[in-house]
Order: sequence, then structure tokens, then C-alpha cells
Amino acid sequence: MADTSETTTIPITVDFSGGLEMLFDSKRRHSISLPATDGSGKPANIAFLIDHLCRNLMKDPRAELFVLDNHIRPGILVLINDADWELEGEEAYEIQPRDNILFVSTLHGG
Amino acid sequence: MEEDTRDHPFAYGTAASTLAARNGSSRRLTDDEFDRYSRQMIVPGMGKEGQLRLINSRVLIIGAGGLGCPAAQYIAGAGIGTIGIVDGDVVETSNLHRQIGHATSRIGMTKVDSLITHLRGLNPLPTYISYPTHLTPQNAADIISQYDLVMDCTDNPATRYLISDMCVLLCKPLVSAASVQKSGQLIVLNCPPTAQGLVDGKYAPCYRCCFRKPPPPSSMVSCGEAGIMGPVVGMMGVAQAGEAIKILASALHIPRQVTEDVPETNLQQPTLLIYTYDLESAVGPYSFRALKMGGRRKSCFACGAGSTLTLEGVKAGNPNYEQFCSIPTSKANLPPEERITAAAYHAAKEKGELPEHILLDTREKEHFSLGSIEGAVNVPFGKLLMKAASIKRGGGSSTDLLPIESSKPDTPIFVVCRTGLDSQETVETLKELGLDNGGKRKIVDVVGGMRAWKQDVDPSFPFI
Ligand SMILES: [Zn+2]
Repeated sequence: MADTSETTTIPITVDFSGGLEMLFDSKRRHSISLPATDGSGKPANIAFLIDHLCRNLMKDPRAELFVLDNHIRPGILVLINDADWELEGEEAYEIQPRDNILFVSTLHGG
Repeated sequence: MEEDTRDHPFAYGTAASTLAARNGSSRRLTDDEFDRYSRQMIVPGMGKEGQLRLINSRVLIIGAGGLGCPAAQYIAGAGIGTIGIVDGDVVETSNLHRQIGHATSRIGMTKVDSLITHLRGLNPLPTYISYPTHLTPQNAADIISQYDLVMDCTDNPATRYLISDMCVLLCKPLVSAASVQKSGQLIVLNCPPTAQGLVDGKYAPCYRCCFRKPPPPSSMVSCGEAGIMGPVVGMMGVAQAGEAIKILASALHIPRQVTEDVPETNLQQPTLLIYTYDLESAVGPYSFRALKMGGRRKSCFACGAGSTLTLEGVKAGNPNYEQFCSIPTSKANLPPEERITAAAYHAAKEKGELPEHILLDTREKEHFSLGSIEGAVNVPFGKLLMKAASIKRGGGSSTDLLPIESSKPDTPIFVVCRTGLDSQETVETLKELGLDNGGKRKIVDVVGGMRAWKQDVDPSFPFI
């Protein structure tokens, strides 16, 4: 049924908010085609997406403002279709076509 | 139904008003109250019952700034009976574009007294209690225990974690908001309040459940550095008041017993409202988003199973909030020979004792555009770090960082920023890239930045 060749991609939108957009060309919404599987043939999950964003979408070399020790840095919430990623399995969530993934940095000012 | 015959048999809070929330509705409204609150009392779901609950409620507003001012106005206007306000700062001119509960005539007054002056003019009926101090682990329990609901209108993560922990320990609902530059966030936490350690059901999360760790200090910006749009922070403060009024009018703030069959409410899995304000687009898409958060986390440090957080511990300095959020201190980490005070730099320059040098100003270009030291060259800190990182990865020469191509390899570099932190990091970065040429070139930090310049050299300098 599904084409599992390496060229298959999943269309998704990725949003950045709370200042994170600065790291991604100052654009708050990106429509991207994510490879459907990672290097080892496993379905693309959030961990793979984060790596993909760092390699392909981030314009700012300050990767440590987005990832720390290969994980999303503290102080960034990840929302999968507007729900906290812990409700969806965090990094292991397998990305579906037309998903919206939002990265938002928590604010402290007032 | 005119008279409130409902009871809350499971109320066991310590605040006197919890009792009042049960019994208070037996009293009549005064004519003044009736006049004043009539337009909100006729709203379906509110009624006299809801109004009496508000009148018998005690709300603590922590922070009398951009969030606290608009929040307090609606809290006072709605007739909350007792309103406590905590803030250790005084009113400054630069506050007034957003902190609309203060006034030009009250610059220099404590924010707490200034705001209460304004609120009394709006509504003289509530009892106002002022705490002209910052909230600390030592005073937090004594203050917060006196109230039914807490509004976090503060501006730093250490105080945010402290407030949340106290609300868990003292069983208080928390309405939390934050805002910087062009973004705002709002969430209702610990509501209905549930005793610490209960995890065998669906309970509302605390701040730590949702925001487990603070961001590293290097990634945080304050309103002072990043700026803030008045309506953005104002909107979040108004929304906070709305949430607080809803909770109190519906008696959702009353702690519930474990055995009680808690009715399904969306508060157990709160909504995080985020607001993004786009100065570049007139009708920004997706400006408001409502995000679904999880409930209480079993493993939460504060409210989870086996939590070791206690009132006594907090008072004694455990956990250490400052360390947890590692608030950068203004302590110098550069040796004295790599630093010069603003006054000494100025004096040496006036006397012609300074050699030809480069003066790097690392503030944002918006700050720089409002005024700078004569001869300064602007390289914003973020851009400088970006460039430095790409040079380290092999992209270009370190001298690309310097604005003046013709500078000799021993031309000294002075670095100035807004308050003296970024400049020290800049000195370190330039040295790491070898721009000190093995010590031949001096790279020097101007201590205290443009703030010290205004204070010690040029009082008319437009420091923001
Ligand atoms: Zn918690």
C-alpha cells in the first residue's frame, strides 16, 4: 500500500514561537517534506524531526538554543497538533502526514 | 434561586474566606455593591451567589508590573473582597507604557502603594493589603497562606518555581502568565487544588509538571533587554483576571478531598494560551493558540508521588531556586587587567591617554540607535555569537568579526554592552578566536556597560 522507498516524504508544518523563530530564518511557520523514514528505515518520529530541523532548517549556528545533548533543550515545549507531546509519546511519536508540530519557548517576563 | 443554599462539605482550607465561601452568601448585598456589580451579576452563571463568592474571596497578586497592573484593575473592579499585592520595586518612567495602574505623578513611589492608590480610586470597597517586598523562600508561606488564589505576575523563573511550589504545599490554585517582547503565555495550574503526592487519579498539574526545567540563562531575555509591547503583556494580565474571577465565582478554588467524586472539568488538563503579536503583518495568522497540556505528573518534584518538598525545607533554602535557575550574577569573572570602568575609560579618552582603539558596542541595534559612545561600532551580541560559531566551524577568518578591516593586529579592543554581562562574554569569545594575538592585543571589558556610563559619566544618556 504505502510506498516505503527512501524518497517518500511526509508533508507537515512546523511552527516556532516565543522567540525560537529567530533561529529559523525569523519565520514562524515552515511547510516541510520530512523523509518518511530515518537512516535505519524506522518511521520518522519527533527525535528524527528535531535532528532534521537542526541539519536542514536552522539558519542560526547556535544549535544549543534549540537542542542540548541531542534532546530538545529545557524550556522548550513541543506540541503535536496543539497537544503537549507528553500526551503523544514525546520523542517516540511517529509523525503523520499533515501533522502540525509547534516548538514554543517558555517565557518568564512580565 | 435567590438564596445560596449550596454547601461545600469538603472544604478544609485554612483561609478564613473558605468558610466564608460556604456561609457568606447568607448576607445581603449593600446598595453600593448592588449598583456597582449589577452588570456582571446579571451575566448567566454569575448571579448574586457568584458575586458574594467574589466578595468573600482573597486574591494575592505577585508582581505589580505589566501583568499585575491590568490584572489588579479587573480583580478590584469585580469586587474581590481582599486583594494583596507583592512587589519590591518602585515606579519608573519606563514602566508606564504598559504598567497602566501607575502614574507619572507617582514615579518613585513603591509599585505596591502606587497601584493600590489607583485601585482605591476604581473601587474603594475591597480591603487592599500591601507587601512592598520581593517574594522570597523565607516570606512566601506567611504571605501566600492568607489567600484563596494566587496570580503569578512576576518576571523571573526562580520566583515562578517558588510560587508554584508554595501553591502546591498550601493547596492554592495558581493563575500564571508571562510575556516578553511580542509573545505572551497564560495557564491555570493546580486547580482544583489537590494535596501534594496524590497521583492516583486525574489531578491538575503544577508549574513544574508543565515546565519541568527552566531554560538555560543564556537563552532567556527579560523585558528590560528584549523590550515588551504594552498591549501584549496587558492582554495576558487581563486574561489572568478573567480566569481568577471564573475560578472564584464558581468556587473551583476550594480544595477537594480524595474521596470526592470530582466532576469532569477541563481544568485538570489545562489549556496553555499563547499569543504571538507580529509587528510585520497586519492580520497575523495563528496569533492565539490554545494548547492542551497534560495533568499532574507522577514523577513531579513538587506535587508528584514521594515528593520531598516541604514548607520547612523551602524556608531553609531547599531547593535552591536561584541555583536551579542559575540566575547570572553581576560578579566579574574577568581579571582586573581586562576591565576598565566607564568613568576611567571616559577620563583616559578625555586626556588623550587612550591609544587608537576599537570600541565594540554589543547591544541590539534598536538600543544602539537611541544613543552610543562617540566612535562606537555596533555588533549585536547575538550576531557576534553567530559569526563566532561559524568561524569556529571553519567558515571565515576571526578578523571578519571586527568592523574595521584596516585595524592593526595590536589595536586594542574595548567592549561595551547594556549592563556589563554580554561584554564580558564577548571578551572571552574574541580571545577564544585568537583575536588577542597571544596577548599582543588588549581586549578590555567596560565594566557595567552603558548603565554605568549613564550613572558615572553622562547622566543625560538615554539608557533603556
Ligand atoms: Zn507538579
